[in-house]
Amino acid sequence: MKDRISTAARSVPPSGIRKFFEMVLGMPEVISLGVGEPDFVAPWHIREACIYSLEKGYTMYTSNYGLLELREEISKFYNQWHNLDYNPESEILITTGVSEGYDLAIRALVNPGDEVLIPEPSYVSYKPCTVFAGGKPVVVTTNAEDEFKVRAENLRAAVTEKSKALVINYPNNPTGATMTRKELEEIADIAVEHDLTVISDEVYGRLTYEGRHTPFSSLEGMRDRTVILDGFSKAYAMTGFRIAFSLAPEDITDAMMKVHQYTMLCAPITGQMSAIEALRNGEREVATMTREYNRRRRVIVKRLNEIGLTCFTPKGAFYAFPSIKSTGLSSEEFSTQLLKSKKVAVVPGTAFGECGEGHIRCSYATSMEDLKTALNRIEDFTKSL
Amino acid sequence: MDEILEILVNDARTSPEEIAGMVGKTIAEVKSAIKAFEDNHTILKYTTIVNKEKADSVVQALIEVKVEPQRGIGYDAVGERIINFPEVVTAYLLSGTYDVLVVVEGKDLKEVAKFVSEKLATLDRVTGTVTHFLLKKYKEHGVVFHEKEKNKRLQVSP
Ligand SMILES: Cc1ncc(COP(=O)(O)O)c(C=O)c1O
Repeated sequence: MKDRISTAARSVPPSGIRKFFEMVLGMPEVISLGVGEPDFVAPWHIREACIYSLEKGYTMYTSNYGLLELREEISKFYNQWHNLDYNPESEILITTGVSEGYDLAIRALVNPGDEVLIPEPSYVSYKPCTVFAGGKPVVVTTNAEDEFKVRAENLRAAVTEKSKALVINYPNNPTGATMTRKELEEIADIAVEHDLTVISDEVYGRLTYEGRHTPFSSLEGMRDRTVILDGFSKAYAMTGFRIAFSLAPEDITDAMMKVHQYTMLCAPITGQMSAIEALRNGEREVATMTREYNRRRRVIVKRLNEIGLTCFTPKGAFYAFPSIKSTGLSSEEFSTQLLKSKKVAVVPGTAFGECGEGHIRCSYATSMEDLKTALNRIEDFTKSL
Repeated sequence: MDEILEILVNDARTSPEEIAGMVGKTIAEVKSAIKAFEDNHTILKYTTIVNKEKADSVVQALIEVKVEPQRGIGYDAVGERIINFPEVVTAYLLSGTYDVLVVVEGKDLKEVAKFVSEKLATLDRVTGTVTHFLLKKYKEHGVVFHEKEKNKRLQVSP
């Protein structure tokens, strides 16, 4: 029989996260710091608006771009918060999660053989989606000494004639790293020098605890070469609604819309209706959740450092990415043994790229109580080594 | 609300050490902030929210009280008489169709009814009462009374 499965599908390894997920499945009393989504359920006013939209019969397709009302709210929001102007009619596309948004952006930009620069450790989808689109992922490593910020010289070293796009993700999953406006400007200069389009995944932008989040397109000269991907999953605790959006110049939005039109048609209307409510009345709940994450962040970082798992202070998202090198174990060994002996799930840093070796990702999207218990167990574990 | 207060309102057992870790202040700073809240009566008392239905049998009633105000002191003289009764667990002066809302607690219906008819309704300047017996508590002080549903998230996700 011929090989049924495409080369691209075969070439992509299964997610390192999946493996851990399966190990945890049979263990009911595990405390998990391995979860990449909020522990809050979506605020009630959003769920209530969602139910109401169903009662009113909003069960149909929307425009390919998404509901204009939602795009207008997004435009207003970016204008108020970041002083950016995006035309809701032609520069905003509602997508089924940032996950789809990334795929669309890559497919809209990349020709076979084009290189896409991906700083690692990184979110797990960037490389595979690039491969599926025929592009070639080129890894730019970041490291703990730089607090996992992209260093200009490392990026320069990775750029070639074929470089087409740069992916950037701050606040970052898995490290919690952020970059300041000034630091991002150095990256922007390189984008101009080498005519790169920047895909900036800013889904954690609102979960910034120190300083202010800088949308990449707000940097000078960047608006015309940036695709911002943002969404409702994290800040509004709406992962299951599957609603996100892209902000990009008209030609890119148009191209992304074409792919979206023929693959997704439109994002689910129920989620879109809920997202309108989130933007109109969600501030209070977002602020409450953000304050709670911030407290947990301080607690987890302090404790990890006390335990001897050194950890720089992440300024965004809901992850800490401590070093476990002092234990002499590999990330995978540490995570597996911790899970088996102490029933705490974390994700080995290697699930996010080779340079994640020596680290583990601990999500603090977990109640304070569980977080404290998990930290106690991690301490017991390291002492037992 | 101040963040330290917010943490204590959520769990009064949180120690100054823990609070310090959460808000990024020193233990001494947290202790002195708490002391200041206690001294100026922002923090009145540390107590426990109990589901009394489970603890022992009590009956609660909400009573609308109409009061004739007095020149110079308004409703306060009557209000202060009302709160002296240990049966009264809560009392508010309100705007609207009646004046004072009183929450009364007793061991059974009879005891509460007796208190209202003999003590409350007969107070000077109280011109009328309407008693509502409490049937079920859904939520109080931001705390939901039925057991929480378990989080339905996957245990590990990207
Ligand atoms: C960096 C990053 N981008 C995108 C996503 C996916 O977001 P969405 O739910 O909008 O598809 C995640 C989710 O974990 C993420 O961490």
